[in-house]
Amino acid sequence: MSAQQDAAEIFGNSGTGLKDARSADGSDTRAIPAFVFGEELADIADRDPRVAVLTADLARSNRASDFAARHPDRFVNVGIAEKNMITMAAGMASAGLVPFAATFASFSALLCCEQIRTDCAYPRMPVRVVGHHSGMSMGFYGTSHHSLEDLGIMRTLAELTVVCATDANHLRAVLRASMDHPGAMYIRLGRGRDPEVYADVPEITFGKAVRLRDGGDLTIIATGSEVAPAVAAAASLADAGISARVVDMHTVSHIDAGEVAAAARDTGAILTVEEHNVTNGLGTAVGEVLLSSGLGGTPFRKHGVPDEYVPVGPPAALYAHYKLDADGIAGVAKELVA
Amino acid sequence: MQAIPPRGTPERAELAARLADRAKFVRTETVRLSRIAGAGHYTAAFSAAELFAALYYAGLSYDPARPDWPDRDRFVLSKGHAAIGLYPVLADVGFFDAAELERYTRLGSPYGDHPDMKKIAGVDFSSGSLGHGLSISVGMAYAARITGRAYRTFCMLGDGELHEGQVWEAAMSAGHYGLSSLVAVVDRNRLCIDGFTSDVMAVEPIEDRFAAFGWRTRRIDGHDLDAVLDAFAELPEPGAGAPTLLVADTVKGRGVRRMEFSPDWHVGNLVGADYDDVMAELEAGLREVAK
Repeated sequence: MSAQQDAAEIFGNSGTGLKDARSADGSDTRAIPAFVFGEELADIADRDPRVAVLTADLARSNRASDFAARHPDRFVNVGIAEKNMITMAAGMASAGLVPFAATFASFSALLCCEQIRTDCAYPRMPVRVVGHHSGMSMGFYGTSHHSLEDLGIMRTLAELTVVCATDANHLRAVLRASMDHPGAMYIRLGRGRDPEVYADVPEITFGKAVRLRDGGDLTIIATGSEVAPAVAAAASLADAGISARVVDMHTVSHIDAGEVAAAARDTGAILTVEEHNVTNGLGTAVGEVLLSSGLGGTPFRKHGVPDEYVPVGPPAALYAHYKLDADGIAGVAKELVA
Repeated sequence: MQAIPPRGTPERAELAARLADRAKFVRTETVRLSRIAGAGHYTAAFSAAELFAALYYAGLSYDPARPDWPDRDRFVLSKGHAAIGLYPVLADVGFFDAAELERYTRLGSPYGDHPDMKKIAGVDFSSGSLGHGLSISVGMAYAARITGRAYRTFCMLGDGELHEGQVWEAAMSAGHYGLSSLVAVVDRNRLCIDGFTSDVMAVEPIEDRFAAFGWRTRRIDGHDLDAVLDAFAELPEPGAGAPTLLVADTVKGRGVRRMEFSPDWHVGNLVGADYDDVMAELEAGLREVAK
């Protein structure tokens, strides 16, 4: 990929997209889906006066600019001052607003962990902390811009709902449902332009997983950016005679324990897939459910990024390197059920 | 804001006398509650005693029967460790029954060393982690603009708290947004835990620093109730314009000679004859500060 293309998507300097987000060789030339964050919130704000949007000098990256264009009086750009943004959002929430505070996940969840705990979760403020470009989706921008630890950190905070958006339609559903959800939320997005999984805006309930495909040989439980490759992996596994159930575990805290137990009982094996360090993320949460439900004997594998800092590379090359693309997931699944 | 009678009137003299009595009440209650807990932030509450009294018995508009009244003035105690001095005031003005404070810091009590807005009526935001309160207050003031309300937001910061970088993110943003409904009060008692701020990490010139970020500034004697009342009375009307900084020069530990400007009393516990001596000293009223 050219640096220019990458900058275009991540920093919003032009209308072109980063095509090799999905294919390391650039062969996937489908249009990049739109980042609907700002547009959807602007629609919600048309009918709900509580919405406010804050960002920290990334309005063009996360398309908060689409919100700002329609509701300038309810848009706040704090400059490059993320801690002030999160805490300011908490102050706004205390005055009756529902503020969405968006920046790269590395800066929201990691830099502002204490502000999220102390100012949002603990006083149960309806702040929606939005961490976009999570995981290693910023590719060769490197570890400073990656967040492979955010799910682990955020799910440890009491009274914080942690949700991963799967694609554009799912993000719309998450934003709509968040308006009347009690307490603070951490909403994790991938690139914000992730490939389509949901053809329409789904009906979702936080804490209730979505079964996208049924199968009897194993269950792939994925979240966020890994749901689309998990669905694709299940299709290729079917061609190989392996029947995989696929579950979108969009809410990571608190996890849908019933769906995990059902997966263990119905399919007998579980593979978790996440764009996150294998420590303390989705896989750990699923493992905790298995152990505490008397299902610890279930064949189980946590698949994600090992406990290390990732090498330099474009996103798609990194997904292939860590077997987090569809082919890689299918291969890991075959090992599990072999 | 409540109307403040002008200097030189009998009403003003009466008000100042009442506030002095309530500041004494803040100090004696701080000593009493500390004994229940077995430890207390005496000195940080003593330096703020006149400021608390002026805010709650003269300045802020609020309704104890409606703690969530949307148009109330907000007060954020960013130096949350002084909450021991604020709780008795909140009870005294009617937010809750003062008898509840008999269980201060005991298991399950709403009243801990740092204030919890979800447990205590009248606390506009939880605090304890220094450096956050000014950002909270900027958010509240910005929300007033969005929602079209005319309340003011007051934020009390410690002087050592100014070491925190987030304070300056907030200060920069308040100046940039022109939040004239925002009033920051720095309790300039000159000490942080490990000693004088001038030795640990200098904070002066505070007014110049805030002025450079677009604030209107004023420096007052934080124990001179008339000076505090004048500063409140002369605040600009809320609207678009510079936020206001009041640097209140105070004495950490003011009112108890052994504690004044002493780094040994940030947290302490008075027992036995020491407790009685200190209570008697406070009841006798403020004396000149020893140089």
